[in-house]
Amino acid sequence: MNPTSAIDFALARPEIFLLGATCVVLLADLWISDRNRQLTYFLAMATLFLTALLVTGAPDGRHLAFHGMFVSDGIAKLLKLVACGTVAAVFLYSRDYLIQRGLFRGEYFVLVLFATFGIFIMASAGSLLTMYLGIELLALSQYSLVAFDRDSPVAAEAAMKYFVLGAIASGLLLYGISIIYGVTGTFDLAELATRVDAAAASKVGLLFGLAFLLAGISFKFGAVPFHMWVPDVYHGAPTSVTLFLGAAPKLAYFALAIRVLAEGLGGAVGAWQEMLVVVAVLSIAVGNIVAVAQTNLKRMLAYSTISNVGFILLGILAGTPFGYRAALFYTITYVIMALGSFAMIVLLSRKGFEADRIEDFRGLAQDHPWFAWMMLFLMVSTAGVPPFVGFFAKLYVIQAVLDVGLTWVAIVAVLLSVVGAFYYLRIVKVMFFDPPADEVSVTAGGSLKLLLSLNALTVLALGVFNTALVNAIARAIP
Amino acid sequence: MHHWPLLSILTWLPIGGGVLVMLAGEGRAALARWLALGVAIAAFVLSLPLYADFDTTTAALQFVERLPWVPALHADYYLGIDGIALPLIVLTTFSTVLVIIAGWTVIEKRPSQYFAAFLIMEGLMVGVFSAADALLFYVLWEAMLIPMFIIIGVWGGTRRVYATIKFFLYTFLGSVLMLVALIYMYLKAGSYELAAFYHLPLTLPEQTLIFLAFFAAFAVKVPMVPVHTWLPDAHVEAPTGGSVILAAIMLKMGGYGFLRFSLPITPDAARSLDWLVIGLSLIAVVYIGLIALAQRDMKKLIAYSSIAHMGFVTLGCFVGFEIVASTGSTQGAVLGLSGAMVQMISHGLVSGALFLCVGVLYDRLHTREIGAYGGVINTMPIFGAFMVLFALANAGLPGTSGFVGEFMVVLASFRASFWYAFIAATTLILGAAYTLWLVKRVIFGEVANDGVASLKDLNGREFVVLGILAIAVLALGLYPKALTDVMEPTLQNLVQLMSVSKA
Repeated sequence: MNPTSAIDFALARPEIFLLGATCVVLLADLWISDRNRQLTYFLAMATLFLTALLVTGAPDGRHLAFHGMFVSDGIAKLLKLVACGTVAAVFLYSRDYLIQRGLFRGEYFVLVLFATFGIFIMASAGSLLTMYLGIELLALSQYSLVAFDRDSPVAAEAAMKYFVLGAIASGLLLYGISIIYGVTGTFDLAELATRVDAAAASKVGLLFGLAFLLAGISFKFGAVPFHMWVPDVYHGAPTSVTLFLGAAPKLAYFALAIRVLAEGLGGAVGAWQEMLVVVAVLSIAVGNIVAVAQTNLKRMLAYSTISNVGFILLGILAGTPFGYRAALFYTITYVIMALGSFAMIVLLSRKGFEADRIEDFRGLAQDHPWFAWMMLFLMVSTAGVPPFVGFFAKLYVIQAVLDVGLTWVAIVAVLLSVVGAFYYLRIVKVMFFDPPADEVSVTAGGSLKLLLSLNALTVLALGVFNTALVNAIARAIP
Repeated sequence: MHHWPLLSILTWLPIGGGVLVMLAGEGRAALARWLALGVAIAAFVLSLPLYADFDTTTAALQFVERLPWVPALHADYYLGIDGIALPLIVLTTFSTVLVIIAGWTVIEKRPSQYFAAFLIMEGLMVGVFSAADALLFYVLWEAMLIPMFIIIGVWGGTRRVYATIKFFLYTFLGSVLMLVALIYMYLKAGSYELAAFYHLPLTLPEQTLIFLAFFAAFAVKVPMVPVHTWLPDAHVEAPTGGSVILAAIMLKMGGYGFLRFSLPITPDAARSLDWLVIGLSLIAVVYIGLIALAQRDMKKLIAYSSIAHMGFVTLGCFVGFEIVASTGSTQGAVLGLSGAMVQMISHGLVSGALFLCVGVLYDRLHTREIGAYGGVINTMPIFGAFMVLFALANAGLPGTSGFVGEFMVVLASFRASFWYAFIAATTLILGAAYTLWLVKRVIFGEVANDGVASLKDLNGREFVVLGILAIAVLALGLYPKALTDVMEPTLQNLVQLMSVSKA
């Protein structure tokens, strides 16, 4: 085995910088007084910006480092870039919200940056062990973020629930990894790919390990039947944290699924495809149907996440490069839509008031037609109505599924998305058709309004012109 | 040929104009109104060269524009029109002008958003009719739902929210199945181009499933029995302009879909399932006609009469298979299709006009109950004359456009089977019954109450709108050749496609 070389470190430059800079932010925050807390915010933003620059500077093509534990390739690069952008948007959206609630503390930024670091590691994992490290780093940061508002009993309850269930899921995942190691004798994903062929895939031991692995992955994604935590956590966490939870980690979980299932266990595609079909269809069904009954927007969006995750899994379970691309397209565009939708809650929230009930949006079109239209864009896009990008995301996924002959899955999925359309339309209905309950005031700052408008318009623009994103994804997943 | 990308202009000018009108804001309603009218008239004027320069000797697509759009899916921004699309596009631009004039001062709630929604609808509808790429077609087809959802939901009647959600979900449900069918064919053909779908060989079971998926989408839009129940709700609750656009254009989308997709893409399945469509069409003609008789709400009555009339369109589309089977000649099939097309255009004018008439009354007395009126002719003689004219056109009086389409379809049905023609012809009795009875109760008789006694006759704006429509209805009734000539080669070609087996 070759000793670790300087090239290895060069490949991991973004991660090393991100970790170092996060520690700097952590330490610097100790000496920053509450009055100058904005400095922490700017430091965190600068960290993300420089990290993104380093990511773009990474070499093209697939490179391995640290004995194959670390992979630098197109997917990793794209996921990291999108993650940086997403987290930066989360910071911007959250700033006013946190200040108004007295939560504008360094811990928030440091924890999110650590979580981002976890996402980076998962995106670049070349071995099951690296993957697990990333998962845990991301998960632990998320548990603490949910509990971040110490005075909120709901948040504490959500964090506890998340932690306990998450720990079990991690255990399942680790157990699955250990069984797979037992059967194949390797943690290395590239090595695993050569050892797992169709013959090996029929071994009971491997299937057993695979089942545990899939349970872990499904839990992380929040797919049915491992979805129970999603609504409680999304609802209980402060909205600025839900913003993060609902968006960026999906990129990491996509990496988890792709790296482990497609790259490592690609030979066993027949086995995991069958399991994922069940999980995906159930997620789309439960997510869409239960969302109809919600009165809280955060809970509704949580169930909507569950159904959208089902669609992401549909792309993955196709097991073709087109399917993976479709799933990545879906993931990225879903992240953009989820960011915007949660940011709408932040926009309407003000000191002492959370605009997270659906009725808080009543009559928005009357007083703030612009933002009502922006929310309409986000909602109908998530419902999958053209010309918005959510439609194309669904189109690619459905095409991937039809391509492998799973016609019934495609039909069930589109029929259930009609159920989904109902609850997104209900938001539109509340905004446009209902009279305002009382003065809907928007106290948010200009930069938030600008970013939110851009976010919603991106959903439209990406729908009409999505060639650039499609090409970027095609380069990442050849 | 034109060097101007006319179809793109007709699609994007109203959409861009709509956005501008919306940005003008509610504070500047007058500006919004004039801007909207200007855009609508510009679009109408620009759609006239389409008709003037249309080459009536060929079935090929004309005014073609093609740009790569989504290379990953081999989908192009591909526009082009033939003899089926052209009349519908002109009808669209024409109706939008009328709708904007009709809503001029009547709409007091958020007027700029109202006009903007109609302009955006117009652009999307023109796009639907001119799309020659299935994905582009689908995107525009679905996008139409959003402005219509808003139009019914914001400016509609008391049960508007129920009606608009029902409308959206019904049509969305139909469309998603069509999407699956389109993707399936794309995977086989390697392109979303419609022409590629026309020549794609498909086995009969494949065709049958694809046909049924299309059927779900188009039957809801037409609407056909038994998926018609959204229409009376949507029509009744929509504002007058919304009803006009729904009746005049959106229902035509279903018929257009049958002509553009079902018949040429799945001819064998259409042939083997034509009994289903013909049966449902005849049920619509008779059963819905009877339901219309029992209505007490004027808009509901016209809505049901729309369903019955659209039954003629679907009958005319599908009766051709039987004619070819029983006589071996394709001429009868062309007659049926021409009848369906004329019926679509005529119904667009007549039902639009009738909804505008109801709107005129509703704006004055704020009720659509037939029982609340009576003897309107005594206080509104000019209006009464218009209403009677449109009612007679609706009943299919010779000399009006309503007669031409129905007559052609009945004539074509005769060649297929005496009984088809016999049942279809009952509409002449039923249609006359419910429309004339409506006229008798609303227009004629003694002045029923103080409300009617206080009515004022048409103002200049209303007179212009109804007058233009009256001219159009009569012109089409007296000289339908102007319309049938345009479609003739396209329909010949369509019958050719229908009669060649793809299995």
